Amino acid sequence: MSTSVAPSALPVVPDEDEEITGRSLRQIVWSRLRRDKTAMVCLVILILLYLIAIFAPFITSMLGVDPYSFDGESISDSGGGPIGAWGGISSEHPLGVEWGTGRDILAQLLYGLRISLLIATTATILTTFLGTTLGIISGYAGGKTDAIIGRTMDLILAFPFLLIILALSGVLTQRLTQLGVPDGNPSRILYLIIVLSIFGWPYLARIVRGQVLSVREREFVEAAVAMGAGRPRILFKEILPNLWAPILVYATLTLPTYIGTEAALSFLGIGVLPPDTSFGGMLGNSVSYFSVVPSYLFIPGTVLVILVVTFNLVGDAVRDALDPRAGRV
Amino acid sequence: MSAYVVRRVISMILLLLLLTFVVFILFSLLPTDPARLTCGKSCTPEIIEANRHRLGLDLPVLQQYWEYLKGIFVGRVYAQDSPDPVVCSAPCLGYSFKRGEEVFILIKEGFPATFWLALGAFVMWLAAGISVGVYAALHRGKWQDKTVMGISLAGYSLPSFFLGLMAIFFIVIRLQLLPYPSYISPFENPTQFLQTMILPWIVLAILYAAFYMRLTRNQMLEVLGEDYIRTARAKGLPERIVIRKHALRAGLTPIVTAAGLDLAGLLGGAIITESIFSLPGIGSLAVNSVNDADLPLIVGITLVTATFIIVANLIVDLLYAVIDPRVRLA
Repeated sequence: MSTSVAPSALPVVPDEDEEITGRSLRQIVWSRLRRDKTAMVCLVILILLYLIAIFAPFITSMLGVDPYSFDGESISDSGGGPIGAWGGISSEHPLGVEWGTGRDILAQLLYGLRISLLIATTATILTTFLGTTLGIISGYAGGKTDAIIGRTMDLILAFPFLLIILALSGVLTQRLTQLGVPDGNPSRILYLIIVLSIFGWPYLARIVRGQVLSVREREFVEAAVAMGAGRPRILFKEILPNLWAPILVYATLTLPTYIGTEAALSFLGIGVLPPDTSFGGMLGNSVSYFSVVPSYLFIPGTVLVILVVTFNLVGDAVRDALDPRAGRV
Repeated sequence: MSAYVVRRVISMILLLLLLTFVVFILFSLLPTDPARLTCGKSCTPEIIEANRHRLGLDLPVLQQYWEYLKGIFVGRVYAQDSPDPVVCSAPCLGYSFKRGEEVFILIKEGFPATFWLALGAFVMWLAAGISVGVYAALHRGKWQDKTVMGISLAGYSLPSFFLGLMAIFFIVIRLQLLPYPSYISPFENPTQFLQTMILPWIVLAILYAAFYMRLTRNQMLEVLGEDYIRTARAKGLPERIVIRKHALRAGLTPIVTAAGLDLAGLLGGAIITESIFSLPGIGSLAVNSVNDADLPLIVGITLVTATFIIVANLIVDLLYAVIDPRVRLA
């Protein structure tokens, strides 16, 4: 379908280009990303990290460690401190053992990676979904709907979210259990995913809403309306494809933020319960011991930082690839 | 302009009312019984019922909300018909029976530590963030720029609690350069105050400065690409003047607004930094109130913190128009 051909001197984008840009955007981004060496290295690391997380039980059993079994041999009888330097590093326990139980640190890290990635990835997907949907609706519908969604966003953004998440964790986790989610860690993990998304979507919705406000005035939307397209079709088939760039950028940069927030919340004590563990939880436990066994602080901390840095590097690269202006700068 | 201000103030007040209502309802609908939380292990149903009545928790939720709102302006008396009524003078944000103190007073006591922490970190991160950001922008694409961006990336990838614990480990425990943090008012003992605050300031400032370096750099690069900068250069102004008078002024405006909001957020308590450095501020108070399920205190802190953010939003928007004459308010 060819409707208008612009005079070559004028940089007018013909309507049917929308579909072509939708497809070629991916190609442009991919070719730019491939040229970015740091990004490619980080991408490979990320894929490896996800694979490690998915196959954690398999990897730990291959290494002969596991996060749950106590090892009385590796800790001292008096006080329960690890025997040996750096938190009891030995061939049996490559990264040392936990104080008091002798549980293997490496295995705990691998299982912690699983939980961190599970929470951060799921929450990012949910946030992106909520933010995109509500942002599009808010921007396109205008009027009362826009006002209601807008005030809700203002309200959520004004909340001290760490405090609210902490304060509600006990009762809402209970509520989830009553709703049939298995007691203990499944409901705690689900709670974190839900609250992170609820407090996260307004940021994206704002960006999306702003984009929609400009896209909805374009001719191809008008044409779709004139041809009698229904509202869902206009929203999700005509407008949404024009928004992928900001959404993708936002999502890739949100994921590392969520890893950090999840770690902070676990650090404050509302993450998964022992015997399961997460980076934040391990760092939280380290507070009592790190003056004696500094590795309790440095090992999970370093892994956490590497994880977040890698995600941030990929996020930056994606943004540079998607935003030509940022690239020129 | 004045019509705009009036409209913004009205919508701010409405948002605040909505906020108090939502917070109030949120915590009233919880399955936990606030009356049950008022007494410890030696609780009998009679005591719980008596406390419920004393706290006004036997009233319908909407009426409780009304009493609460009224209390903020005219104060309120709990347990009026009992021999020992509890007076909570205006502004009454509720009464913590756990701590035997008015919520407003508890927050007021926590405010100085939070205020000093926020202020010191604010000055540091703005100074470092803006100067380094401008430096990077002026060396765009060169190694200086790349180094700054690398440092910035590392800075905002560091979780605050990890950075804080590392600072304590190296500076306080291993090198013993500073005593263990123990907060004291700057007016009582300035030396100890500085010794306590310097690490939290630096930790908090690093996290924010990392973000502000990036923000400043991007803003400056955007402004430096504008036509009026080319004009300024074309008419032969020295580069120093072009940067200082033309680019900085326009480039820094969005940073002022971001800084205002961040400062307001911090004034509501830096939960993690305060807990790590045991500063008795609003953030620590918040964590403690959560740990012992002190509902009136949680509600009070939430409201105060959110109010800071909402008010700061308005101030920053108005300030923006003052600093940047190109912005027209309508």
